[in-house]
Amino acid sequence: MVEKPRVATASLCGCFGCHMSLLDIDERILQLVDLVTFDRTPLTDIKTLGDCDLGLIEGGVANAENVEVLREFRRCCKTLVAVGACAVNGGIPAMRNQFGLAECLRESYCEGIGVHNPGIPNDPEIPLLLNQVHPIHEVVAIDYVLPGCPPSADAIWTFLTELLEGRPIAFPYTQIHFD
Amino acid sequence: MNASTAVTVEGFVAESLVTHGRDPRHLLQHLIRVQQRFSCVPDAAVEALSAALDVTRTQVRAAIAFYAFLHERPRGAFEIRFSDNITDRMLGSRRLIRLLIERLELSGLPAWGRDLIRDDGRVSVGLASCTGMCDQGPALLVNGQAVTNLDAQRVDRIADLVQEGIPLERWPGEFFRVENNIRRHGLLLSNPANDGAALHRLIDEGADDALAEVERSGLRGRGGAGFTTAIKWRFCREAPGIDRYVVCNADEGEPGTFKDRVLLTDYADLVIEGMTVCAGVIGARRGFLYLRGEYRYLLPHLESVLQRRRAEGLLGTMILGRDGFDFDIEIHLGAGAYICGEESALIESLEGKRGVTRKRPPFPVTSGFDDQPTVVNNVETFLAAARVVQWGGYWLRGEGTDQSAGSKILSVSGDCAWPGIYEYPFGTPVHQVLSDCGAENTQAVQISGAAGATLSPADFDRIIAFEDLPTAGSFMIFDDSRDLLDMVRNFAAFFAHESCGFCTPCRVGGALLRNLVEKVAAGQGSEYDLSEMRHIGAVMRQASYCGLGHTAPNHVLNTLDKFPQIYRRRLEREAHTPSFDLDSALSEARALTGRDDIGAHIRAQIPEGSEVSA
Repeated sequence: MVEKPRVATASLCGCFGCHMSLLDIDERILQLVDLVTFDRTPLTDIKTLGDCDLGLIEGGVANAENVEVLREFRRCCKTLVAVGACAVNGGIPAMRNQFGLAECLRESYCEGIGVHNPGIPNDPEIPLLLNQVHPIHEVVAIDYVLPGCPPSADAIWTFLTELLEGRPIAFPYTQIHFD
Repeated sequence: MNASTAVTVEGFVAESLVTHGRDPRHLLQHLIRVQQRFSCVPDAAVEALSAALDVTRTQVRAAIAFYAFLHERPRGAFEIRFSDNITDRMLGSRRLIRLLIERLELSGLPAWGRDLIRDDGRVSVGLASCTGMCDQGPALLVNGQAVTNLDAQRVDRIADLVQEGIPLERWPGEFFRVENNIRRHGLLLSNPANDGAALHRLIDEGADDALAEVERSGLRGRGGAGFTTAIKWRFCREAPGIDRYVVCNADEGEPGTFKDRVLLTDYADLVIEGMTVCAGVIGARRGFLYLRGEYRYLLPHLESVLQRRRAEGLLGTMILGRDGFDFDIEIHLGAGAYICGEESALIESLEGKRGVTRKRPPFPVTSGFDDQPTVVNNVETFLAAARVVQWGGYWLRGEGTDQSAGSKILSVSGDCAWPGIYEYPFGTPVHQVLSDCGAENTQAVQISGAAGATLSPADFDRIIAFEDLPTAGSFMIFDDSRDLLDMVRNFAAFFAHESCGFCTPCRVGGALLRNLVEKVAAGQGSEYDLSEMRHIGAVMRQASYCGLGHTAPNHVLNTLDKFPQIYRRRLEREAHTPSFDLDSALSEARALTGRDDIGAHIRAQIPEGSEVSA
């Protein structure tokens, strides 16, 4: 029996909305698990990454750990896809790029309303934030981008099934219009 | 702002309104005068102009924001702008900028859109796009006046004059001397004399005959695009309209071009005669000469030529006594916007607005200034048209090639012994220009400006003609001691700065190209970045709204093809490199948390393929 393609997913600086949208394929998830084997992904709760055919990345790059995870995905995945606005452009988290990091952290941890025990966390277990939030293609090479906030379940389904079948990826208009 | 300044500003605006009228289309011209007088456009002027011209405050502010030479807040009392074309840089402008900054006790370096302003308001130092003095650079503008032939001594002296607060009128005259440097006279340049002969011919033989001569000559526009002049004039003549206009495009903004400056200096009569002939042919009563702000020093000269021609009956009402032949010309100044060299942006600017290009069609010949039929031609085209009408179409055909009749005036600069103006018959090969101007060991020629084409020695047998190498006249030479990536960096920054911002492919694409070029120059680029440059360049060519965006990636795409080594020798060996320095991106967080443990750093990328995954 031919081994099924292995798929891994990760959410970097995102809201998990793209993963939720993936789950919105509903019962087609049963077809999907027939088609692929899931490696590291929040869906399986597997924490370590093996060699994969496809990696789906949600979220932008906002801290040191995001860089590490993203690089590991790039090393292990033959094809890497930026899924959703945050991975593609930085998205909502990148709105902090308008402000300095110090300003953001002071507002959140020192001066904001209702802050107790103020102070910027410095525990070595907590990944340091980057000065700015970046789209993932600024850190590693990306093979595909799947825009949307989030991309619809149907768009994700079309993308996955056509990619897995080795067809050129084409979306019907209803899946890519934004109005 | 105190009350007395407010009165002065309002008084000045009121005076300007009396002298130059309340046509809202004169907004830009009023703004330029206010800027010259007050080193900025103060709020009081915005209010006064908005009320008097019946344009909204937002429109006034939008114009100020758009034009590089207009400011809402004062720059220095001496506003110095170094011309930042690659040819200025090759002549050592960067060193001179540093020298001046040091002498004036400023810190940092000016960048596009970022001027250094001294705290006491005495002086500011900034950059300008090519000021058209490439054959006598490095050059700068001080309060809009061109200073040429800069060297350390001259910059030193300028610093003294600024420190002592000596007004410009008392600066040494030789600082402002601009040479013509005409090195080769051809059909057009060999005879500057003009006695209204073309106009006499027009009146004697009639407009149909004049147009027939232009048609016979095969004259094509000298601004670069090469549209047949007679067709343009005929379309305009036959287009329905209430009024018709003649516009001379003297917004010579293409980096490395300076021939129009020379033509307007020594051949202004012929240029104006060409415009007047055109007016006679198409039936226009008003014309405009749109003069780039960098050539403002030519304004008194041009005004005096216009005045003399009015006195001689060659301009104004009843030209040469002919009843009903009325035509006059106004000079409008630009204010530092490259895009205004594009004809529809130029017309928008003539109408006092931001120089954003119009959708075409309709073309200006049917709907130009004030939505009326308008001919827009280059300075050199009008000059040639005057001679064609005077001497007949066959005269022009005596030189050149089948598809490119006559001659082309080139602005030669860069690495050669004799930079300046050269007029050649169309069909002249590049190598002949190189040998005539004393260029040796030439590595590359950038023809037709930053938006033009990069030529390698393999192209030097090609000919200057519309059918092979069309050019607006810029001819910048780079010898083998130059790093061509410096040229690419200069042009990429230029286009990112000059994009009008209207359409995304040009606005964003230009910035992306500049960033990628800088990344490669910093030794952080990868093969992937080169393919991105090609990709972005292709999108800009295909999807931009106007010619600026279509041509902005040319220099990158040309050099990627013809001079790949200037990129490749700087590439990292990885297939992909981050677009920013990852470890320094943690600097702020490290400082805020006081951490410096291993987790507080990001190690350099491990080259792909060098690590075997399990």
